[in-house]
Parts: sequence; structure tokens; C-alpha cells
Amino acid sequence: MSRPETRITRRFQALKEQGRSGFVTFLTAGDPDPDTAREILLGLPAAGADLIEIGVPFSDPMADGPAIQASSLRAIKAGMTLAKTLDAVRDFRETDDDTPIVLMGYYNPIYIYGVDAFLADAKAAGVDGLIVVDLPPEEEGELCLPAIEAGLNFIYLTAPTTDDERLPRVVKNASGFVYFVSITGITGTKSANIDDVSGHVGRIKKATDLPVAVGFGINTPDQAAEIAGVADAAVVGSALVKVITDNLDAAGRAGPGTVEKVLDLVGELAQGVRGA
Amino acid sequence: MNKPNTYRAGVDEDGHFGIYGGRYVAETLMPLILAVEEAWNEAKADDDFWAEFHYHMKHYVGRPSPLYLAGRLTEHLGGARIYFKRDELNHTGAHKINNTIGQILLARRMGKTRIIAETGAGQHGVATATVCALFGLPCIVYMGETDVERQAPNVFRMKLLGAEVRPVTSGTGTLKDAMNEALRDWVANVEETFYIIGTAAGPHPYPSMVRDFQCIIGNEVREQLPELEGEGRLPDSVVACLGGGSNAIGLFHPFLDDDGVRIIGVEAAGHGLDTDQHCASLTGGRPGVLHGNRTYLLQTEEGQILDGHSISAGLDYPGIGPEHSWLRDTGRVEYVSVTDTEALDAFQLCTKMEGIIPALEPSHALAHVAKIAPELPRDHIMVMNMCGRGDKDIFTVAKHLGVGVTEE
Repeated sequence: MSRPETRITRRFQALKEQGRSGFVTFLTAGDPDPDTAREILLGLPAAGADLIEIGVPFSDPMADGPAIQASSLRAIKAGMTLAKTLDAVRDFRETDDDTPIVLMGYYNPIYIYGVDAFLADAKAAGVDGLIVVDLPPEEEGELCLPAIEAGLNFIYLTAPTTDDERLPRVVKNASGFVYFVSITGITGTKSANIDDVSGHVGRIKKATDLPVAVGFGINTPDQAAEIAGVADAAVVGSALVKVITDNLDAAGRAGPGTVEKVLDLVGELAQGVRGA
Repeated sequence: MNKPNTYRAGVDEDGHFGIYGGRYVAETLMPLILAVEEAWNEAKADDDFWAEFHYHMKHYVGRPSPLYLAGRLTEHLGGARIYFKRDELNHTGAHKINNTIGQILLARRMGKTRIIAETGAGQHGVATATVCALFGLPCIVYMGETDVERQAPNVFRMKLLGAEVRPVTSGTGTLKDAMNEALRDWVANVEETFYIIGTAAGPHPYPSMVRDFQCIIGNEVREQLPELEGEGRLPDSVVACLGGGSNAIGLFHPFLDDDGVRIIGVEAAGHGLDTDQHCASLTGGRPGVLHGNRTYLLQTEEGQILDGHSISAGLDYPGIGPEHSWLRDTGRVEYVSVTDTEALDAFQLCTKMEGIIPALEPSHALAHVAKIAPELPRDHIMVMNMCGRGDKDIFTVAKHLGVGVTEE
């Protein structure tokens, strides 16, 4: 199958021409409330995000650590849904038609929405790619192949446990980029080891010509810089979500300055990546 | 839907029962799941593996469990002849041990040195801690925080057996979250760890593997009934309760291709299906994807998973094994539900009539037996799986009956 051309492919092409790696942010849609999340989202490109991942809240995020689990539950409590996540993307697209947006989450909310309806609505809203944690290539008929038909990139996760024998199977229908999970574990719980990451990225590059983004164990600008030195992009999620958590008031609402503090950290991380 | 040639051929090679089942797990776990599948395919074709399994079933678990004609109950209900398959007499008091013995033998075969498990009421946790003590392997049991409080005796049993019980506070702190947490542990400890799942659910090959271990229940019934009722005699109906559905599939599967055998699964209706306080996934939920498989789930309109409610903590799971979902859609098995109150009544009836204190889980099956048996002819043979004993439940029952009992 031919790979869909999207804002993701164009952005990685542009980064290549600039000779630098990209910085990818992850935040959960509607966290801690839809209005605050909207302000953060609209501010991300100017703060230095090259690609934006938006987490679709799910009640049972089995690959996520405490920070993102809590963000998911906050968002659900604040009324966030998959349909409203697509609304948020549509709203973002009114002022930004270049920054790629990837939805990341779990399959059940999409399955319940209806695969065909979801793909049509996501494409129309301005989504470029999907990362669905619990859809390995063995289940590619569910969403990956229909997504390609619909013109969306389906981004596969690869892990340290994905050996050389399995890698070709995983990247076969991948497009946009390949996401390397830098640790064996859940999000935000361990730090990536740069030598290990470098080795794994090298292995993945032998199996595919797609860009490789690295995430799950990156927390600081220095780590982001280090990763950006060996990969095409660095993804930071839990560290940004923790800024939201740390600024909640006693009632669990966004405290003053939450938006600025999140965007400040985005800026520092982006500086790290750009300086690599 | 066309009637399949056989209901016993499943699972297919990709792990599906019709549209159900599958392998919906994160990539980090996928190589492990494939390794478990490969090891299981080798083990189940190996006579030595089954010889070891049956050795432990006989000498450690105490199988075969008796098939017992519940005479006074039969007389009282005045219809079908009611047999209990006495899996409550197994070591550790429930059917769970059939599965944990099977899985730990596989874990050893794979050279795994650390065992994890999830538990709700604590029965599977105890059965896992037991086999870990038997084979000298470290055991970590994830248990929802609320269940840790409600099931203190089982928590203590697990600790005595040498297991570490980790209370789970994430999500809603219940069984589904305990399973999430066990999966998270597995992702972080991939090399040495084996995850013993407690029911016939989860990613392929767990649903069919757990079923194959639990099929010892139905296979024994096929051998025992002719001794009691004459050569070639099959039951006219078989009945079992379902949470995840492992005891039920173990009783049902050997009879799926016998057209004359009516098969009935009983879910927990909690306060009633017209409330949101039940855990009847098949009769009150709809298909979705959770914990590695597609199956019927309790969920919101947006696909967020809901917590179930039942007086029986062992039925308190928002999903169901995928093979049951398929058997529901094909119509081969009837699925019904029973409320907390009906189960409590059946609990007392059985205790007084038969001198058997049933667990609250099979009390659900018994409540349905009590509903339908009177209308059936006296030569109708009905086999119900008495899958657990009720000692663990006496405090819950006392509370509901308004009787003060001190836990000492």
C-alpha cells in the first residue's frame, strides 16, 4: 500500500532540509479542562512543538504510567470525548494548517465511535496520523489498513522487545514515522539510556526508511537534546502532563499560570532539541 | 448466522472466536504473547505436559471432584434431577486451581522465574499464591484497593503463602484496574515474568488455554454421569455462573457439540439490569476491546469502561471471556442473569437443604436452577457447577441478612 502524504511527511521532510531533529509534544485532550487544554494546544507551535500528539482519554490506559493515567481520568471527568477531541483539532486548524497532529490512544473509543465514521471525521477535522497503543500489526485489519485508505498515517510503536525478526512485520504498513518506545515499561516511569536508544534506532533504520521518533523515557531538555542527537524526533509527554498536575488547585482545577508554565517547559525542551 | 459444523474448533490461528478474542496489546507485550503462544502450542501437544498436569490434579488438587445428586434439593424443587459438580471440594476451595496449576507448569517450561496475577475477590490470588508456594516461585498479586479492604482474610492467606499483595489505587481501584496494573508490571518486567491470568479472557492464547485447563470439569462430568445414570447418558442441561467465565467454559465446552444438551450461563444482575449496578456483560453490555481481547463489555456511549457491581466479588468484572461472546451470538449457549437477592436466597436454600455452603458465585447458577427445575420433567438431568465454597462469603451474607458476625 502506498503511504499517505500528510502534514507529518511534509514536516519531517522540512526538518531534514533544516538538518535538525523534531520535537513532539504529548498532552491529553481536555486536560485538565477543555478551555485550558485549548489554550495550551493553540500555543504549542509558537512554543516550539514541531509535531503535536493529542491523547484521547480512555478509562483503562494500560500502557501509561500514573501521570498520564490521572490526566486521562481528569479529562473524562471534565466531559472530554473522542468527538470533542476532533472538535479541538478542527478548532486548531482554523489558525494552523501546517503543524501535524497525531491522535494517540486506545482502540475501544474509536471502535465504539465506528471505524469508518471516525476516519472520515478525523481526516476532515485535520488529523494527520494515529497511534493506537493496543493495535499491533497482528490486528492491522481493524484500523491501520482502513486509515491508510482514508489518507491518514498509522504510526506503529516499536519496543526494545521488538527483535530484528519481528521489526519488518511491524514497519510493513507503518507510515509518517515509526515511534520507538525507549524503555520496557509504561510512560513516565524510567529514563531512557542513550546508548541503548542509539542501538535500537540503528536497528529500526535498517528495517525502514521512515523517520524514527523516540519517546516514553524523556523528561528534561538535556535528555531531549541527547535523544535528538540519535533520532529524528524526541517525544515528551509525562513531563508536560506533570506540569498540569502540579498546578492543580485544591479543587482539582487548573491553577493560575498553568498554560504559561506548560508552554515554558515546551520552549525549554524545544531549545534542547534544536541545540542538539 | 449459519450453524458451524462444530462449536469446539475455536480458536483460529489469530486468536479469534468469530469476531471476538484477538491480541489487542501494546507492542512491548506482543513478543511475550507470541512466546507464550508458541510455548503453549508445544506444551499442549506434549503428553508429558499433560501427565504432569493430571498428576497434580489428582494428588494435589484432589480431582476428580465428585458428581453429586442433590437429592433433597431435587425433591424440594420437584422437577429435574439436579447434580452438583463439586469443584468447591478442590484444594483452595474453587475451580481456580485447575488453571493456576496449568499455567505455572507452562511458566516453568518457559524458564520464567517470577509470577504475577490479578485478583478481585482474592480466590485467583490465593490459587496463584498456592502454586507459587508449591513450586517455590516469587508471586506478586495485584488487587484493587477496595477489594483489599473487603477481602482481608484472602489477603492474609496470600501473604501466609508468601505472596506480595500490591493494592491498586489507579482508575477505580477494582478488578479491571488490578488487571491493568498486572499488564503494566508485565511490560516493565518482560524477561523473567509470567502473567497467570485468572479467567478465560485476555489476549490470545489465554482464553483458549485457560479453557483447556478448566475443561477437566466438563470432561469429568462426561465420565461420571454414565456411572450414575447408565451408559452413554449425557446431561439434558448444564448450568454455570459467569464472571470472566472460566468455570462455565470448562463445564460447557465438552458439551458444545452435543445438540441435546441445553447450556445455560448465569451472569450477575446485581441490583437489576434496569439499574447501573450489575455486571452482566453479555445481557447488559456491548462488544468492545479491553485487556487484549474483543468481547462484550460494560461501557459508556463513548467507550469508557464501567465498573460492574455484584454481591459476589468473583463475578465483579466488566468483561467476559471472548468465547462466551461468540457462543452468545451463535445462540448455542443461553445467557441469563440473576440478582443479588435471588443469589442470597439460593445460598441459604442450598445450605439448609444440602449441608453445602456454596460461594456466592455458584449461588447465582443455583438461583437459576431453582427457577427452571420445577418446570422440567423428573427424568431431566441437570448438572450445575458448584465452582466454589462459601466460607469466604459468610461475612458478606451475614451483613446482607442483618446478622452480626465478628471476623476473628
